[in-house]
Amino acid sequence: MIANGTEQQRTQAPAESLSAERIAHLEGLVSQAKTAAAVFTQFTQEDVDRIVKPMVLPGLEQAQYLARLAIEETRLGVMEDKVIKNMVATEFTYNYVKDKRTVGVIREFPDRNLVEMAEPIGVIFSLTPITNPTSTVLFKCIPAIKTRNAVIFSPHPRAWRCSSEAVRVMYETAVRHGAPEGVFSCLESHTLEDNAYLMRHKDVRLIDATGGPGAVKAAYSSGKPALGVGAGNTAVYLEKTADLNTAAVDIIISKTFDNGTICASEQTVVIDDEIYALALKKFSELGAHICNEKETKLLERTVMDPQTGVMQPLAVGQKATDIARLVGLPVEPNTKLLIAPIHGVGREHPLSLEKLFPVLAVYRARSTEEALKVCVDVNHAGGLGHTAVIFSRNDEIVRRFSEVMNAGRIIVSSPGSIGALGAVYNNLVPTFSFGCGTGGGNSTTDNVNVFHYLNIKRVARRTQNHMWFRVPNQIYFNMNAVENVGQFPSSSTIIVTNPALEQIGHVDIVRRYISPQTYVHVLVIPDAEPEIKVVMQGVETLNFYKADQIIALGGGSVIDAAKTMKLKYESPAADLEELAAPFLDLRKRVVQYPTEKINRARLIAISTTSGTGSEVTPFAVLTDKEHGRKVTLADCSLSPDVAIVDPQFVMSMPKVLTADTGIDCLTHALEAGVSNYASSYTDSNAMQAIRLAFKYLPIAYENPRDEEARCMMHNAACIAALAFSNASVGVNHALAHAFGARFGVAHGRANALMLPHVLAYNAAVPTKFMPSPYQQGYVAHKKYAVMADLLGLGGHTVEEKVKNLIAATEKLLDQLGFPRSIAELGISKEEFERAVPGMTKIAFDDPSWRSNPRMPLMNELAELFWKAYQGRGVAKAVSASQRETA
Amino acid sequence: MAMIPGWLSIDERCVGPALQDAVEKMDGTGGEAVVNFSAVWRLDPTALRAMEEFVGVADEKGVKVVLRGVSVDVYKVLKLTKLASRFSFSS
Repeated sequence: MIANGTEQQRTQAPAESLSAERIAHLEGLVSQAKTAAAVFTQFTQEDVDRIVKPMVLPGLEQAQYLARLAIEETRLGVMEDKVIKNMVATEFTYNYVKDKRTVGVIREFPDRNLVEMAEPIGVIFSLTPITNPTSTVLFKCIPAIKTRNAVIFSPHPRAWRCSSEAVRVMYETAVRHGAPEGVFSCLESHTLEDNAYLMRHKDVRLIDATGGPGAVKAAYSSGKPALGVGAGNTAVYLEKTADLNTAAVDIIISKTFDNGTICASEQTVVIDDEIYALALKKFSELGAHICNEKETKLLERTVMDPQTGVMQPLAVGQKATDIARLVGLPVEPNTKLLIAPIHGVGREHPLSLEKLFPVLAVYRARSTEEALKVCVDVNHAGGLGHTAVIFSRNDEIVRRFSEVMNAGRIIVSSPGSIGALGAVYNNLVPTFSFGCGTGGGNSTTDNVNVFHYLNIKRVARRTQNHMWFRVPNQIYFNMNAVENVGQFPSSSTIIVTNPALEQIGHVDIVRRYISPQTYVHVLVIPDAEPEIKVVMQGVETLNFYKADQIIALGGGSVIDAAKTMKLKYESPAADLEELAAPFLDLRKRVVQYPTEKINRARLIAISTTSGTGSEVTPFAVLTDKEHGRKVTLADCSLSPDVAIVDPQFVMSMPKVLTADTGIDCLTHALEAGVSNYASSYTDSNAMQAIRLAFKYLPIAYENPRDEEARCMMHNAACIAALAFSNASVGVNHALAHAFGARFGVAHGRANALMLPHVLAYNAAVPTKFMPSPYQQGYVAHKKYAVMADLLGLGGHTVEEKVKNLIAATEKLLDQLGFPRSIAELGISKEEFERAVPGMTKIAFDDPSWRSNPRMPLMNELAELFWKAYQGRGVAKAVSASQRETA
Repeated sequence: MAMIPGWLSIDERCVGPALQDAVEKMDGTGGEAVVNFSAVWRLDPTALRAMEEFVGVADEKGVKVVLRGVSVDVYKVLKLTKLASRFSFSS
């Protein structure tokens, strides 16, 4: 668009100079528009559609009248082309908007539970240009009515009469068909200060500025939401594979349309060397005058301002022959276009800049690379974000051109100006306002359309991601379940175990059931949390023996080591450190576990403790001694293929280990039961594990040879693991991890010290709720009550039942001989005090609590540590607290 | 005391004249004028002007205007035109 002195003034003049009378007039316009916009909010889609359709007809009927007015007033452009513009502005715009929903629900996304609804903007202040003075008004009126907005128009001062007449035509029709009075209004001429005043008016909700850079800048500087769309400098690449006949005609059509006043029209055509001469010949044959060097210089000096490098207003929208006469060029009377060869781009080559008249620069490019670079130069010489054109049949070059050009519209093998207007040569949205994106200082790269006149509200209904319950393919349980090892064919099996289990003959039991044809190697690893180094040595063994089966025989440490060995054996490129990256939601985690495998091995996990449930879990915890940290891996691909839960391997477990692992099992079940990820699938497992643990753990502890108790506890550990594998654990584990690591206390024992306090903590009304789309309301205390019912603990109210559950847990801990306070472990208060801040931070960073029903605050974690330090009497404390509350 | 006998019920098609009539009936000062809007589903600019004038007169006379049964759509129009704060509403 034209950037001249008037343009700058019309938007940047200070408003302070307005008289009181003038301000009253402007306030009246805004008030009237505001009322109209308010009234408009009551209209339905059918109401607005009834108004929009008849508005199109006067636009079409008056197209010639308005075009003539525009020519007479502005002296720019071509009357016949302005008629076409007016018709496009009405008919094509209507055709685009007619079926669009712009009131109420406008779009629905049932699969995403989302609905979009329309909210009108209110009062729009709209600047219209001199170059398209009537078509822009006609174009803007239709979406305004369609979206139930009121518009105050501010035409370019040199196009006021024709623009205001266009407003009048549309307004009268709209009101006649039911639009609110005052829905459109138009400022009179001499609007310099008026614009500044209205742009800052509190009741003007949006500025829609179609014009030069001054108008756009003022719009964006007003502090109001603005659609400011303005100047361009369209680069065209005429590539050697293009259809020259079509290209030459298209470029002439576009550049001469309304004497080149559309800002998307071609400015510089970069032509491949191979077709340069032929292209100029074609242009010449079609009525273009090709300037020689001297003529180009003359043209340059006359039509461009040598000081600013901007086009001279006297040339804008003039015919080629008139410009030639102005310059003093001898051209044929039927000359349509002046073509000026240039040798560079930028201020030193003024004709490479925007020229809204039928003068076209051409550049001869020696290679594709050079052509693309020159196009980029033109793009950056005032055309960023606007429009670019390419004529080519080479899709790869079209792609490269599209990548390097910063343009909201890239028009392929068609006229730039009419192409950019949309709906004629392509399927772009019809418009008379071209968004130029941030390159052009605009907020959009779109062809401005009806949807830019709407506030779109998104109604987001609650959704639940799908949940899962994933478990190993096969679980064999009860006494002698190990016999099932024999059913799995293998040519090379590695048994991973620890020294003690090998020594007491457990490995031999397993070997008994492996086919004699299978080569078996026993890999004994240290009985401790596995180190990465140990895992990597195991992978070497797997590779050496080309293993197709791994049998992990042991507790959590052995099974976790075997899981990681399998991972690295099958996918050597897997980066353990990267795979251990933290995540909030397994489905949305950044890191993906490898799916491509170069080896395949079946993992059979045989658990020799009744606690971790590692034989069915998708977790593995390793120690990275080199860096002094733990590496926790979590992914369904880590779950063993086969789990064997055979109690014969736990019959000889010492009492302390029975208690520690048993309480670990119970904690898994209790935490999974109230987890935010709990589901009916995990609940059934958690509840059953709780029932089994309360019943059989004391028996297994007191009578280690009680086969039924051992069997049930072994099953309970596996069943609890099925629950927490899918529902995760909670705060208890976060506290136990931090405390256990700091003071070297066994995991089960650390869990036991925290457990009654965490039950009471989760049963209380949270200080901070944990966001969870999976749960309806806070249910942790109610689920504890269900657990109490299941255990037959009695109680009439939820509070009583929770208290009974805590009391039963405390009784169980006593039965199992657990220390009931951290103090009992011999840790001094001073030492503990020093440790609490660090443990609190570690516990807060622990991912275990992410599924806890209550979101722990740092001070709450510290408080729980202190409660565990003091220990005992939680149930009584809960009762007292409940009495107080009552 | 300003009096409008009983409730003044407004018909959607004649908000302006009805309010004009109400202004004339508002013969005293102070008190409350209850206007039943439950039959008004839409306001046009003329009706809005009439309401603005009506509440202006009421303000001058110290009369509190209570609009009864205003639909949400009409209420939103009053909010957008900043007239809502000048009325009281009852259901």
